[in-house]
Amino acid sequence: MGTRTAIVGVGQTYHTSKRKDVNGQELINEAVRRALEDADLTLKDIDAIVIGNMDHFEAINCVDCWSVDGSGAFMKPIMKVTTGGSTGGTLGSCAYYHVASGLFDVVMAIGWEKNSESDTQAAISTCADPILERDFFGGAIGPNAAEYAMYMKQYGASEEDAAMVAVRDHNNALNNPYAHLRKHITVEDVMNSPVLCWPIKLLDSCPRSDGACAVIYAAEGRAEKIASRPAWVHASAVSHDYVYFGDYDWEAMPTLEATASRVYKRAGIVNPLKEIDVMELYLPFSTCGVIWMEHMWVCGRGESPRLIREGVFDMDGELPVNPSGGVLSTNPIGATALIRIGEAALQIMNKAGSRQVPNVNTAMATAFGSCYWFEATILRSGKP
Amino acid sequence: MENETTFEIQEKDGLLVHQGVIRVPYTWAAGEVASRFYAGLREKKVLGLRCPACKVVLVPPKKVCHRCFSDLTDWVEVGDEGVLQTFTVVHYSEPDLHPVEAPFAYGIIKLDGADTGMTHLIGEADIKGLKAGMRLKAVFRHQPQGNYLDIAYFKPIEEANHG
Repeated sequence: MGTRTAIVGVGQTYHTSKRKDVNGQELINEAVRRALEDADLTLKDIDAIVIGNMDHFEAINCVDCWSVDGSGAFMKPIMKVTTGGSTGGTLGSCAYYHVASGLFDVVMAIGWEKNSESDTQAAISTCADPILERDFFGGAIGPNAAEYAMYMKQYGASEEDAAMVAVRDHNNALNNPYAHLRKHITVEDVMNSPVLCWPIKLLDSCPRSDGACAVIYAAEGRAEKIASRPAWVHASAVSHDYVYFGDYDWEAMPTLEATASRVYKRAGIVNPLKEIDVMELYLPFSTCGVIWMEHMWVCGRGESPRLIREGVFDMDGELPVNPSGGVLSTNPIGATALIRIGEAALQIMNKAGSRQVPNVNTAMATAFGSCYWFEATILRSGKP
Repeated sequence: MENETTFEIQEKDGLLVHQGVIRVPYTWAAGEVASRFYAGLREKKVLGLRCPACKVVLVPPKKVCHRCFSDLTDWVEVGDEGVLQTFTVVHYSEPDLHPVEAPFAYGIIKLDGADTGMTHLIGEADIKGLKAGMRLKAVFRHQPQGNYLDIAYFKPIEEANHG
């Protein structure tokens, strides 16, 4: 398994729709400074950096070099990884690999995006095959809308079931000073919001945000000295595929099931509902918060709406999901999945402020991207 | 500027080639630092930021010193004249990319009071007579817009003729 590795510092920007006061490098710098401050480290302590975003959103393709002033990577090993929406998950994995390899002791992952700088949906559509699919899948909503329409038909779920997920995540964001959208909403508000791509409505959908996040990973021996309660990485999995949307096995969701199975096996988790204390999930639409719980083996097929109605995933429920407000409240795409890891780590480290879930010893974070790519991380308060 | 997508299919020997063009508008935030620099250019002033630790003045300014990582806030005005450190002459035209037609010269000019060089065009000059080390002066655009080309170019300073 390599060198034991823990998260020891987390920093993020106050996310918003447009950060006109800073350029991308300066936005990155804010997150980096906060992460260093959180870990009480200086730039000298950082041995290597991985950075990521989605190239098309800003049209800057050599971000690893261009961002050096902001990241502090001057004369340090830095490399870029970019995997669409799952970029932040991949960043976390790469930083973990760096430390686990034994070659680097302290490594910083940085995810960022300035979605305000371009047409996000047009850029996302460039992920689709240009000859066969791009005409039909402009942007991100279509496939997820089709997925939930299918689920409703198969299991008798309703649009209100998804709306309850939207209400949970949006209202949790009221406890998170860094969240982009912080407004109290009701199921009725969601149902009355404009339909974007049936059955997905405006309040079922993630926003586009400007923001950055930095997470610092450290090796055993260093980690305990840096943090009083490090968040130890117990498992990390990446599952990417490329299938045409029409070819995807929607009912089995193989990438999500494979990802969840791998991290549970590695971390020795048999019953995720009982054994995981909090989840920070990359749910770009409320509908995903219904269906994907089943593919993550949290409950059986068709059971998710009942658990949602019972409040199992609420802040005071058995398995709180997205105390931060999740992707529905904040979505600087290249940072989004790294924020999930950072928030999960903060929960373990007992530093999540008013969004803290009591007594967290095991936390899970996921990443989702483009053509049904999934990634996941399991963090614990104890060493692996 | 609006989104524009064009699409064309070409066929040769039974093989199809799908050719597409995607044009996507971007709105890049200059940020507070570059905004102030450009506002200065509009008033025919060149502004830099001084790094208190490295004791250098960065022109164009940046918010963070790339050498020591200090947060820079100490604004200074530098001269509109300086020394040509190096230059090149471009011999081909690229109308979509170049601001002027070839042949033209551009170089790196270290302004008086600055410690870093500024890349810019060299105008009103005999291209063949350019030499590193010569002194240049900024020529400002008549109607400034708040961008880099508010300095239209740098021109050689006539050496005082004592003859």
